[in-house]
Amino acid sequence: MKVWRWVLLLIPGLLSAGEWSGFVEMQGRFFPQQALDSDQSGQLVSVVLQPEYYQRWDKDKQSLLFIPLFRWDSEDDERTHGDISELIWTYAGDGWETRAGIGKVFWGVTEALHLVDVINQTDLVENPDGEQKLGQPMIKLSLEQAWGILDLYALPGFRERTYPGETGRLRTHPRVETDQATYQSDREERHIDLALRWSHFIGDWDIGLAHFNGTNRDPLLMPDLNDRGEVILIPFYEQMHQTSLDLQATKGDWLWKMELLHRSLDSGSFNAATGGFEYTLVGIADSDMDLGLLGEYLYDDRGDDASTPFENDLFIGLRLTANDVEGSELLAGVIKDLDNDGWMFNLEASRRIGNDWKTSAQIRLWSDIPVDDPLYIFHRDDYLEFTLTRFF
Amino acid sequence: MEIATEIEVRDTGFHDFKATMSMLLRNKHGEESLRDMRNQTLEVDNDGNKTLVVFDEPRDVKGTALLSFSHKAGDDDQWLYLPALKRVKRIASRNKSGPFMGSEFAYEDISSQEVEKYNYKFIDEGGHEGIPSFILERYPVDPNSGYTRQQVWVDKERYIPLKIDYYDRKNSPLKTLVFRDYQQYLDQYWRADEMYMENHQTGKSTLLTWKQYGFRSGLTDGDFNKNSLKRAR
Repeated sequence: MKVWRWVLLLIPGLLSAGEWSGFVEMQGRFFPQQALDSDQSGQLVSVVLQPEYYQRWDKDKQSLLFIPLFRWDSEDDERTHGDISELIWTYAGDGWETRAGIGKVFWGVTEALHLVDVINQTDLVENPDGEQKLGQPMIKLSLEQAWGILDLYALPGFRERTYPGETGRLRTHPRVETDQATYQSDREERHIDLALRWSHFIGDWDIGLAHFNGTNRDPLLMPDLNDRGEVILIPFYEQMHQTSLDLQATKGDWLWKMELLHRSLDSGSFNAATGGFEYTLVGIADSDMDLGLLGEYLYDDRGDDASTPFENDLFIGLRLTANDVEGSELLAGVIKDLDNDGWMFNLEASRRIGNDWKTSAQIRLWSDIPVDDPLYIFHRDDYLEFTLTRFF
Repeated sequence: MEIATEIEVRDTGFHDFKATMSMLLRNKHGEESLRDMRNQTLEVDNDGNKTLVVFDEPRDVKGTALLSFSHKAGDDDQWLYLPALKRVKRIASRNKSGPFMGSEFAYEDISSQEVEKYNYKFIDEGGHEGIPSFILERYPVDPNSGYTRQQVWVDKERYIPLKIDYYDRKNSPLKTLVFRDYQQYLDQYWRADEMYMENHQTGKSTLLTWKQYGFRSGLTDGDFNKNSLKRAR
């Protein structure tokens, strides 16, 4: 009955018209090297449609956001898919806020690795860099008080990590068989995860303190044989407790950043940290351009046993912001493993064309990666990517 | 100094306002580009204002929002919300002199104009477009300002700025800002419908048009935190 009362409250809002926006994007990726598997393609063309419906009512106290996503990919069946990126209702009270539906949340401050960001599952089909996330079913209550913001989350329904398909590049070898995923919890993907986060700022300092209890978003990948006798990897999702801290000090042209976490699991507990700085040179060479210098250290106390490739690594990057009419930007960076010769390179550049178009390019390279490093799977997957986006 | 204080005194007590801002950017070849945004401002007693700006155009930055707590002394506090990533970033606010969204306005030109941000010198009395004016020179206190000085024409009767000449760090004439079509709100507060900024060194210009002013719209502190930044759109 209670559910129906909520639905009835929503109806007056849904009847008044909202607004549609969104974008269509064309993407091309080119892989200069021969793939490890002959099934894997050397280039791809892909199209994304991501409309966005937004509506608010009740003197803007209530709103509804709906973002479906459709992708067609010329090579990989797993990349050709549709999903609900967001479908979330928000009620903003006086000093509090509640949200319910499928949503996205970001925690953290660092650039190279988003260590403490744990609510949403990573979408490796959309992008191998882990920045793309899947919508997470959630009920959230936020208290906004003088002592900061306290967010309480109940997360019913777990989203499994997505992996590229057999013919796709940037995948594991052997490939991951997502259909056979197993769980530590008897409730499997119906386990209700809980999380809480307090965040505040005091002068130059921004602080976030969080705890999460539920299904680990990072699966263990267990080798197995499928029906055809091929070796495959099966994701195993454990239960975990994670306590994290994220901290930023904004001191003039310097940003100092740090993320720390402790995660306890049956397969072993660990600590991880990442931290560093971003320093901005304003108006370089008498121009309007800003140059940002970034440096971050990435640490995981599991060392070589870590499921992450970033256990003792250094990130160095440059961010060039032209401050021009086209909003041109360039971000380039290298992550170097301090225990071996391996390094990866990333370059992203983008520029607006007129009011509704944008182009971007990306280059990713992996070099000298040792066979026992988790990044070894990408060592022949260097790629160039071009995108053209039309916003509407 | 007395004139600058009088400008501030007369503009105190509005509590809050909402308005839309649209910028028409034009380069020396006449090519145009548009920026649309919405502004919410809350007056803070004995400190700078709190401001939330949400971008509507260009489309690729739609939903991006900037929250600023301006201060009488020292750097402002600023957070930027990036809707695609759902990420709120605290940003270095020392960069006051760079172009705001590629326009001829710098952040320091449109942020809360507190008396304490400048030192003043009375130059002369004169006129701007036939309106009797005081001519003042003001010198930014902040060493990160992009200007050595600004010459301001202040309406003698209404105590509002009519024109500002900006001089760059080398003390060369850089820009001129002209305020047009002042309207009075709540029988007290004057706001220009148009602010036209011309860059003499590059030949570029930006016309900033303010519309749909709503004073005392019921905004509170709760509309200016990191959660409201994410809700703003």
